[in-house]
Amino acid sequence: MTERTIGIDYLARVEGEGSVKVRIHDNKVEDVQLGIFEPPRFFEAFLRGRSYLEAPDITARICGICPVAYQMSSTHAMERALGMKVGGQIRALRRLLYCGEWIESHPLHIYLLHAPDFLGYPDALQLAKDHPEAVKRGLALKKVGNALMTLLGGREIHPINVRVGGFYRAPTKGELLEFRPQLEGAMKLAEETVTFAASLQFPPVEEDYEFVSLRHEREYPFCEGNLVSSRGLNVPQDKWEDVFEEVHMPYANALQSVKKGAGTSYHVGPLARYALNRDHLTGRADELARSVGLENVVRNPYKSVIVRAIETVYAIEEALRIIDAYERPEPSWVEPPEVTKTVTGGAVTEAPRGILYHRYRIAPGGLIEDARIVAPTSQNQKRIEDDLRHLVERSLALDDEALTAACEKAVRNYDPCISCATHFLKLDIERS
Amino acid sequence: MTEVRKPRLGVWKFASCDGCQLSILDCEDELLAIAGAVDIADFREASSAVLEGPYDLSLVEGSVTTAHDAQRIKEIREQSKALVTIGACATAGGIQALRNFANVEEYTRVVYARPEYISTLATSTAISEHVKVDFELRGCPISKFQLLEALSAFLQGRQPNLPNESVCIECKRRGTVCVMVGEGIPCLGPVTQAGCGAICPAFRRGCYGCFGPQGTPNTLSLTAQLELLGVAPPGVMRLYRTFNANAPAFKAASEAAAGEGKAP
Repeated sequence: MTERTIGIDYLARVEGEGSVKVRIHDNKVEDVQLGIFEPPRFFEAFLRGRSYLEAPDITARICGICPVAYQMSSTHAMERALGMKVGGQIRALRRLLYCGEWIESHPLHIYLLHAPDFLGYPDALQLAKDHPEAVKRGLALKKVGNALMTLLGGREIHPINVRVGGFYRAPTKGELLEFRPQLEGAMKLAEETVTFAASLQFPPVEEDYEFVSLRHEREYPFCEGNLVSSRGLNVPQDKWEDVFEEVHMPYANALQSVKKGAGTSYHVGPLARYALNRDHLTGRADELARSVGLENVVRNPYKSVIVRAIETVYAIEEALRIIDAYERPEPSWVEPPEVTKTVTGGAVTEAPRGILYHRYRIAPGGLIEDARIVAPTSQNQKRIEDDLRHLVERSLALDDEALTAACEKAVRNYDPCISCATHFLKLDIERS
Repeated sequence: MTEVRKPRLGVWKFASCDGCQLSILDCEDELLAIAGAVDIADFREASSAVLEGPYDLSLVEGSVTTAHDAQRIKEIREQSKALVTIGACATAGGIQALRNFANVEEYTRVVYARPEYISTLATSTAISEHVKVDFELRGCPISKFQLLEALSAFLQGRQPNLPNESVCIECKRRGTVCVMVGEGIPCLGPVTQAGCGAICPAFRRGCYGCFGPQGTPNTLSLTAQLELLGVAPPGVMRLYRTFNANAPAFKAASEAAAGEGKAP
């Protein structure tokens, strides 16, 4: 009887602190655990008793990598609770801000966190010694995303301009037009990024995912649309709790989401959005996906790097469209009504790494009575464990060092954000 | 031929959102130059390569919230020639220090189905409450420019040259009309340390104090002004009690507003 354990104590090139533990008994995988040892921060608890108007600024602090996602899910949840309708140019500005986050976050993952795995380097700084043009391209691209967030939000990390109902200050048409050349420059870099990503070598793996994302009737999704899946789920986005649930595993300071009833995993993020919204990609994003031969549904998790590049192209095109059609909204926000009775509202928006669900109950007077936040990485956590189990089953002949490295790479396919999930990872492979 | 050894840089994470570390990767124009000037010995968010200590400079993000982390920061301090905290979590305990004003067991029950799986301290505390800190960078998040100044200063063996005046001074310099005087918008600018560039008032909202209290904050006077503007005491308390809630001056001001303790 041989017992073998493989462990990663502290996953690198992911956001936050996580670990992986795999137990192998007589060449059979017995257990795979994606551990999250990021200390708990208790956001849902201390949101109780805060004004609902404070939620966008407070929840942004769950994640420095995708603060816009937190601001958007919280504002939309509050507006749904209060029955507010926010449309027109304020809606367009929210999409534009989200474009900024995608244009920053996707190249960060593609070049600084993921590319070193494909090209055999410990990090992007070492990669830059041999492939300076690639790393510089990534930095230039993410810089444009950051500049867009700074233009709309005051700063790139934890922007300060988002409020329930809209924005404290809407930019002038002139300010946005002045930014247009930077986006045009970024488009060329994003097109090169698609070619770069498509040229990488991918392990021949296909997984049978249930993809889950938003789907809007005419747009690639950011904040609106129904919650849909590749196996026929289609519900309003505030019905998240009717179809999914969270379970607490002893090895994690985070809760894992599963499909209610079945208890099975699902996959959120770029692969899911792309599979479920491919028809909404038009223009350059559509042309480039075709030109590099990208299937309409991608089930190889390593190829998420190509899909992120396609989505970056989309975000730039969409940003240009929004800027061209922009007229400054006056006022820049819709005034929320008085809260006179207890109200509840939930919303899902598409963070770069997948759907982010928020739900709040607000008491008369406007204080939050109850809050629920489900981060994209907690929704992917069980699916990552499933991917790891399949990987280890295929790769038992590898020695521990090679197997550990392979596991780390499989996790990074998800661009996991562990800070979010404990609000994630260390690998420990145990063979017996 | 002997090669000159480059300074070793460690970047460490405690309880936090990762945003301040991300500020390093957000120095798009300077990142490759930084990587040329130092050996990045340990920076897990960016690299799987790890070099052993000691470190010439450690940047610490996040606050201490577990017994394990309270021990880990001591080990990092022993291995570091200079230690600089980056951001409101490391410098004042961060937003998660709101637990310091509440019952952490109750918090655990609210968030987790199986509270017995969670190990955490009752408080979230600044790094300086555990070890000697050589310099603190404020902000939620830190300013990239302040980070670059602190990095250059420590590499050159000098103290960083950063302002400790209030956000008001930055508004004046920027030519922003005072939102509190002009529009009656509650603003923590008068008691908050400069460094962000006074961005909130420039977007027509009040400062929410993410750089923490400035050197000599007159919170008594500001609290009176906030009340004149019609902010009720619980609102005043919440205003002081966000990302730097456990910074002494803001803590005292929030407790005074809540009627929990002595006026500052």
